[in-house]
Amino acid sequence: MSGGDGLDGALFNRLFALFLIVSLTMLALVLAFLAAAWFRRGGVRQDGVADENGRASREPLLRALLIGWTALIAIGLIGLTFASFLTDRGMADAIPPDRRTINIIVTAKQFWWDVNYAFDNEPSKNIRTANELHLPVGVPARVTLKSSDVIHSFWIPNLAGKQDLIPGRVNDLVLLPNRTGVFRGQCAEFCGIQHAHMALDVTVESRAQFANWLAAQGKPAPAPASPLQKAGYLYVMNRECSGCHAIAGTAANATVGPDLTHLMSRRSLAAGTLPMGRAGLYAWVADPQGVKPGNNMPYVGLDANELHAVTAYLETLK
Amino acid sequence: MRLPKGRTGCLSHPPLSPPCIQGGRLACALFLCLGLTACDREQRSLNGQPKAETIALANDPRDLSYQENSYQLSQGQRLYKWMNCSGCHANGGGGMGPPLMDDEWRYGGRMEDIVRTILHGRPNGMPRFEGKITEQEAWQIASYVRSLSAQQGQDVLSARPDSMSASEPPTLAERGKVLPENNLTGPKDEQN
Repeated sequence: MSGGDGLDGALFNRLFALFLIVSLTMLALVLAFLAAAWFRRGGVRQDGVADENGRASREPLLRALLIGWTALIAIGLIGLTFASFLTDRGMADAIPPDRRTINIIVTAKQFWWDVNYAFDNEPSKNIRTANELHLPVGVPARVTLKSSDVIHSFWIPNLAGKQDLIPGRVNDLVLLPNRTGVFRGQCAEFCGIQHAHMALDVTVESRAQFANWLAAQGKPAPAPASPLQKAGYLYVMNRECSGCHAIAGTAANATVGPDLTHLMSRRSLAAGTLPMGRAGLYAWVADPQGVKPGNNMPYVGLDANELHAVTAYLETLK
Repeated sequence: MRLPKGRTGCLSHPPLSPPCIQGGRLACALFLCLGLTACDREQRSLNGQPKAETIALANDPRDLSYQENSYQLSQGQRLYKWMNCSGCHANGGGGMGPPLMDDEWRYGGRMEDIVRTILHGRPNGMPRFEGKITEQEAWQIASYVRSLSAQQGQDVLSARPDSMSASEPPTLAERGKVLPENNLTGPKDEQN
């Protein structure tokens, strides 16, 4: 069931139950009509001559039933629309305006999630990460949803219902997690060839843990130490990588691809495609199109030494 | 269940009266007309061709896999935006850099010329992208750049771009009259 551990769990479940009851009632009525028609047909004369008396005697009843049926559909649809409107309003009013919230801007791209923590009062604290959300338990998070290419859908089944991300529009959603844990989010609107590999790792943690995470994410990347890491650093800075990726504290500041500043602190690579680790990094950097065909990271064609160096440097980005 | 010859259960009812059938047909026709009005959303002429191929056809065999290929062209369109080509070429209309939607090519308009321009740069501002983007990406951008002056079939163009786009390439229409000379002010006038 959607939204079980989230803010709108109770409201949403009530709406779902209402829809279920109304739909099942209508289904039962349709089946009843069908059964009645079936049995009535058995009584029709088989020689092809219409049973005039039989029809005439039933027509007023049929008309009344049809009028009733149409009215029932109209009333049912209006009622359900009204109920879903009320639920939507209820969800919007669930967070009092003066309550402290965190603001997150999620931009969906083919095929990953660009996540920005926005602090309106202290913009220097803003954090950019990718394919992961960290949320403090019990604190409402206002999520602003955008898309940069096609329509995606933001869905964390444990926390809230689906919400579309539409290019050129801004949608929003409030998440209020009420228990800690690691949940999976997923793009829920077919968005292209790698739609299935567009996952989002959601970590709900205590406020202290969240504050620690936030502080760690705010730090710039460390300088490379070993000669191999330095070689990797130079490659990343001077070649294709920095054309799309940003690493805080270095000259790489492009915004086309995911921010790599704290790459190794994430749970997975390439939006849930590979587990985070040395093996995954090697596979991904060497041939992204082999691991996730159709994604927008190109095959660069690193030779073995370059691959070792770049991976060694990326492993320092904790 | 066995039915009498030539008759089915459904047909055993008396036929509907003619006005009723006519009414039904009228309703159907109206409904279909309504459906038709919903269809004229996106109209794009697929026959548009540049009046004359302004440059010679290319020799590089890779042309075949990048030209007239909708996927490569749309990837090029993304890269054009991501690599900020619009910063100088302004969606093809030209600004600090030359326009890309006319039929003039300073350094050649064949695919391999454009790829060379992108990868190695040109004097007076065109930066060198070799090592910053892959060669494949340069070919994709070149494919898109050629589509800006309608040198590619109109049917391979990607959907409308989300950002502001340039107007129709001038190469799709006959060139207009050149202004009469007395309207021009040039260095000669300044000398007088």
